[in-house]
Amino acid sequence: MTFVDFLFDYQTLRIVWWGLLGVLLIAFAATDGFDMGVGALLPFAARTDIERRVAINTIGPVWEGNQVWFVLGGGSIFAAWPALYALSFSGFYLAMFLILAAMILRPVGFKYRSKRPDPAWRARWDWALFIGGAVPALIFGVAIGNTLQGVPFHLTAELRPVYEGNLFGLLNPLALYCGLVSLSMIVMHGAAWLAFKADGIVSQRAKAFGGRAAIATAVLFAGGGALVWAGLLGGYRVTSEIVWDGPSNPLLKTVVADPAAWLANFQAWPLLWIVPALGIAAPLAAWLGFRGGREGLTFLASKLGVVCIVATVGLAMFPVLLPSSTNPDHSLTVFDASSSRATLRNMLIATAIFLPLILAYTAWVYRVLWGKVSEKSVEDAGHSAY
Amino acid sequence: MFDPLVVELSRLQFALTALYHFLFVPLTIGLSILIAMMETVYVMTRRTIWRDMTKFWGVLFGINFALGVATGLTMEFQFGMNWAYYSHYVGDVFGAPLAIEGLMAFFLEATFIGLFFFGWERLSARAHLAVTWLMAIATNFSALWILIANGWMQNPVGAEFNPDTMRMEVTDFVAVLFNPVAQAKFVHTVSAGYVCGAVFVLGVSAWYMLRNRHVELARRSFVVASAFGVASALSVIVLGDESGYALTDNQKMKLAAIEAMWETEPAPASFTAVGIPSLADRKTYFAIHIPWVMGIIGTRSIDKQIPGIEQLVEHAEQRIRDGIPAYDALERLKVDRSDAEAREILKASGKDMGYALLLKRFVEDPRQATEQNIKDAAWSTVPGVPWLFFSFRIMVACGFVLLGVFGLSLWHTMREAEAPRWLFKLALFAMPLPWIAAEVGWFVAEFGRQPWIIEGVLPTFLATSQLGVWNLVITIAGFTLLYGALAVIEVRLMLAAIRKGPEISQVVDRMMTPQRRSGQLHPAE
Repeated sequence: MTFVDFLFDYQTLRIVWWGLLGVLLIAFAATDGFDMGVGALLPFAARTDIERRVAINTIGPVWEGNQVWFVLGGGSIFAAWPALYALSFSGFYLAMFLILAAMILRPVGFKYRSKRPDPAWRARWDWALFIGGAVPALIFGVAIGNTLQGVPFHLTAELRPVYEGNLFGLLNPLALYCGLVSLSMIVMHGAAWLAFKADGIVSQRAKAFGGRAAIATAVLFAGGGALVWAGLLGGYRVTSEIVWDGPSNPLLKTVVADPAAWLANFQAWPLLWIVPALGIAAPLAAWLGFRGGREGLTFLASKLGVVCIVATVGLAMFPVLLPSSTNPDHSLTVFDASSSRATLRNMLIATAIFLPLILAYTAWVYRVLWGKVSEKSVEDAGHSAY
Repeated sequence: MFDPLVVELSRLQFALTALYHFLFVPLTIGLSILIAMMETVYVMTRRTIWRDMTKFWGVLFGINFALGVATGLTMEFQFGMNWAYYSHYVGDVFGAPLAIEGLMAFFLEATFIGLFFFGWERLSARAHLAVTWLMAIATNFSALWILIANGWMQNPVGAEFNPDTMRMEVTDFVAVLFNPVAQAKFVHTVSAGYVCGAVFVLGVSAWYMLRNRHVELARRSFVVASAFGVASALSVIVLGDESGYALTDNQKMKLAAIEAMWETEPAPASFTAVGIPSLADRKTYFAIHIPWVMGIIGTRSIDKQIPGIEQLVEHAEQRIRDGIPAYDALERLKVDRSDAEAREILKASGKDMGYALLLKRFVEDPRQATEQNIKDAAWSTVPGVPWLFFSFRIMVACGFVLLGVFGLSLWHTMREAEAPRWLFKLALFAMPLPWIAAEVGWFVAEFGRQPWIIEGVLPTFLATSQLGVWNLVITIAGFTLLYGALAVIEVRLMLAAIRKGPEISQVVDRMMTPQRRSGQLHPAE
């Protein structure tokens, strides 16, 4: 078997695309995450107009590119995991609407706020940017919480997804807890970015908020681990034999709810414990950084924390993608909810070409924009700044 | 089986959000190229007026782009939210171009738009120009991938139903990429975007000329826009969508509906310039025909026939009858996946299974369909003829008027004398036309595809999510309020920016040097 044969084997493709799904979600959390965190911190870390302009201009030139990780995540789930795309967005319908409505406020908020000097106008857009940052950060976590617990749905014989829950079912206490983990993580990350990229008082305040958020992230995430340990945050186990190159039909296997299932991967491969451990340790390191460490390193620690926290969820659930609480056998998994082999292969080729290019030009853009944003630099830039 | 109200509300929501999104997209497509061309002149001549033009039109571009992005977010996720069965059924094919759009185009566009606005002081003039062009090219590539996705809905090539996964799966990705309908749509849509950008620049410049303000900038912009506009308008008209209309049954039906051509005419068919089509009586009143034109446009020949609606309905009826055994085979496979005979039947007549699904509007189980059900289903393949007939004519009329406006503008700018005031007024009043044409054009393309969401494969009424009506009411109301408020804000900001006008550099040209960071010489910025 040559390498290409191995790479384009259906099993390999499915696992690679599971990894790429993780890469996209993690890249979204690690890049647009700090944009959302800056939005969530905007009313608090920056008080006067010029302070807020400093905060906004730290992300002004880059947030748009960062947000594409979200759009690309949506497109890639559609292409590689169509069943997941169909079920999750129609199932989390009103939650998804809230996320979209909040995120719609961001592009216009960034662009339109500086168009008029009127303080009332600017104050309104500040709230829009706050909502655009805080609301998605919370709801994404709530969605993850529901995914861990299992979602009430079934599939008909023609694989039509039928969701049985409602918005209020989504907002259960355990899911809201996961929302808090997500929100504190995003605030930590936004604060780390502001501390690194802004100058003066905004940076100082960001460090104060960031320290608290980092501690909250480490504690809440560890608490989430305890909930999983106690069997409260779901757990689903595939009980039939996994056919890795079988057809993408979720009705052909059996799955049971098993409170211990989300720990099974870590028990089978103890090396994986490093990931959740770093999910606690990295925010603690960021906390130390906020108290007087180097700003660049603090940001990296925060980023590592975000990566490991998101990755922990994926590793815990593998090979399950979206478990069904009412019909566990219908759960979507890596081996029965993907696109066809041909589509996974075509998309892998496209990704192999374009993802390195994206990383290269994004890195170049960040390099061009290197340096702190200060009140002076914003004032000097005049109308070409936000 | 399905709730007609959910279907209608889902369609309404998609129509509202897509049409709203497309108010901003064509201007983004057109202005990005115009801005890149202006900046190219600046870098080649180093005359700062061209940089001022780039920045001024860039400000307006930015205001428009923000809403394009905001409303585009909804589009990316709406398929999953409101069209879950569609997403499952065709995601294997349809999802790929959307994902590649993000990978190849939107990422590039969104990453470089930040540098376009923030990079003037940080980049050399050449590097900034490269950024602008990459942004503009990415915008156009974005349209390419979206239209490959949409083209596949109109002409679903390179895919086949897989009974093991109960969905369409790709068999020939290259055919999906080079789908002739998609290619025709891409050229047509992007040219329409160029027309939009050109009319916008032409109209705003004309307004300045009428008020004798910012004349240096306005006159140059007017010249660029009229030349670019003539080329774009010609391209929209000559490379119109028509080339794709002979390809599939539905495309033929769309063409027949646009022409309100009830019966097949001997080739070459005449073009019905005006008339009042009646769906109930199946004829067109007060029709004025222009001989030969339709046959030549539709078939690029004088001897090929264009089928009329009645003939296409008969054809659809046959395909429905042929599709019923495929549907039966699929039902058998749902019970027993190993039924080899059913697989054979499905393989043989699977291409007509979508037509059997049309019966589900009239009867729970298509296998129990009566003769009347089959006749009704066959007639349900006829879209709303009067709507299409008039929409199409509005679009074409807009196109020709715009070509005239651009032509006159170009002719006057090529003469030495100042263009007359009436021409500037004409350019100003022509501003809404490309938007009307674009919106109506999408209506023709999408409403004309009905009853299909995927031509011949999946009827629209089967494709929605299983949502409660209230969910849809809430989101439609929410999007309407949000989008409505943003539209008011956007237009006001746009008008304010136009009234304020450009910031003209005070520095004389000779001070410009091509060195890096040359922008720092300009404190006026």
